[in-house]
Amino acid sequence: MTSPVYALRGVEQIYGPRTVLNIPELALPRGELIAVLGPNGSGKTTLLRMLALLEAPTRGSATLNLNGRAITGLDASIEDRRRVTMVFQRPLLLSRTVRENVRYGLSLRGSQANGQQVNELLEKLGLARLADARADTLSGGEIQRVALARALILSPEILLLDEPTANLDPSSGALIEQMIRETHQRDGVTVVLVTHNIFQAKRLATRAMLLLDGELIEEGEASQFFGAPRDPRTARFLAGEMTY
Amino acid sequence: MVIEIAIRSLQVTFSALVISALIGVPLGASLALAKFPARRIALALIYTGMGLPPVVVGLAVYLLLSRSGPMGGLDWLFTIPAMILAQTILSIPLIVGITMSSVLAVDPMLRIQLRALGATHWQATRDLLLEARSGVIVGLAAGFGAIISEVGAVMLVGGNIAGQTRVLTTAIVLETRQGNFDEALALGGILLGLAFVANLIMVIAQGRLREIK
Repeated sequence: MTSPVYALRGVEQIYGPRTVLNIPELALPRGELIAVLGPNGSGKTTLLRMLALLEAPTRGSATLNLNGRAITGLDASIEDRRRVTMVFQRPLLLSRTVRENVRYGLSLRGSQANGQQVNELLEKLGLARLADARADTLSGGEIQRVALARALILSPEILLLDEPTANLDPSSGALIEQMIRETHQRDGVTVVLVTHNIFQAKRLATRAMLLLDGELIEEGEASQFFGAPRDPRTARFLAGEMTY
Repeated sequence: MVIEIAIRSLQVTFSALVISALIGVPLGASLALAKFPARRIALALIYTGMGLPPVVVGLAVYLLLSRSGPMGGLDWLFTIPAMILAQTILSIPLIVGITMSSVLAVDPMLRIQLRALGATHWQATRDLLLEARSGVIVGLAAGFGAIISEVGAVMLVGGNIAGQTRVLTTAIVLETRQGNFDEALALGGILLGLAFVANLIMVIAQGRLREIK
């Protein structure tokens, strides 16, 4: 295993009376594409927001390791935060054009957007004809693709994706999967992908984990996780035998 | 003379509006976004302030600025700065309240998503305000309307002194009291005209801002 990019120890996230996440120990290796599986309410999005440094755990520590430096919680500097980017399940765009939304993250960093790079990305994601369209005229699938584009243009070291293909038609979903695969394989970006879709996880992931009721049931290499799960609950989940 | 009064009205109005906007817009955005223990009390105070009786504000500013008052040393009573101060106090709650409501109307997840894209606290606040810009301009228009049409407070702290602190509203009161209804109506027409032009400019600005790239 390469050096972990994230190390979680004794992490508990408590909202009111409810413990939504309870992970005694977890190390996520650098450069992997890690699928996070689990039913609704299992803590997947909470975990992702913690990894994005948007939330600190109620107890324990979630540490991000960048260039040998351990970065913990909400105290991270803006420079460190900017090396991690998250795409949300229900992305919200600014009331601007598609092109402006894609450039947004670069403008925050004071970088001049490379027009050609933006155009290429829009082209790859099938958004070229919508470049000058206003965000409030887009369909759900188009919004999802713009959200992915505005994250990818930042060339993050870590890309966190929360159900990036939820509610998309098959062709849009395939396009996004292709971009995720390319980003991971070509650019070596560490990707954490939250998904309900076991088949998608199998197609993309190099590692996978299962969360149930906020508890980490199992984490491991994709071949082992999908082929020979250690925990019977993982086997039942993958076989679709669990009801929620 | 009428032109001089109209210019003075605009001078007081825009000075108070600029000061109110500089204080009110950031304060409204902060109140919408910040979580602190006394937040509900602060909101109740702002909503109360939106209905402040102008004459009570005028009285309070009068007492503040009177010779024996805590700000008496400024020697502002019956001057333009005193009128600007009173108008600013009246319009700030309006601008704060409407800005706050506009920012609260923007999906709270947007702020989190902007942060996830690398926005600093201030960048996220700025861009949320831009998203709420239509509402912010409504707040400025409301503040402008409250200031330019106000009479009680400016009469008290300005004194309606000819050539010095007389503005359109106080001049209308004076002309009406003296039975000069034609003059009062003419001044009223000028006041309405100025208010219309100013609001038209704000509506145009609202349209332009909506198209900001």
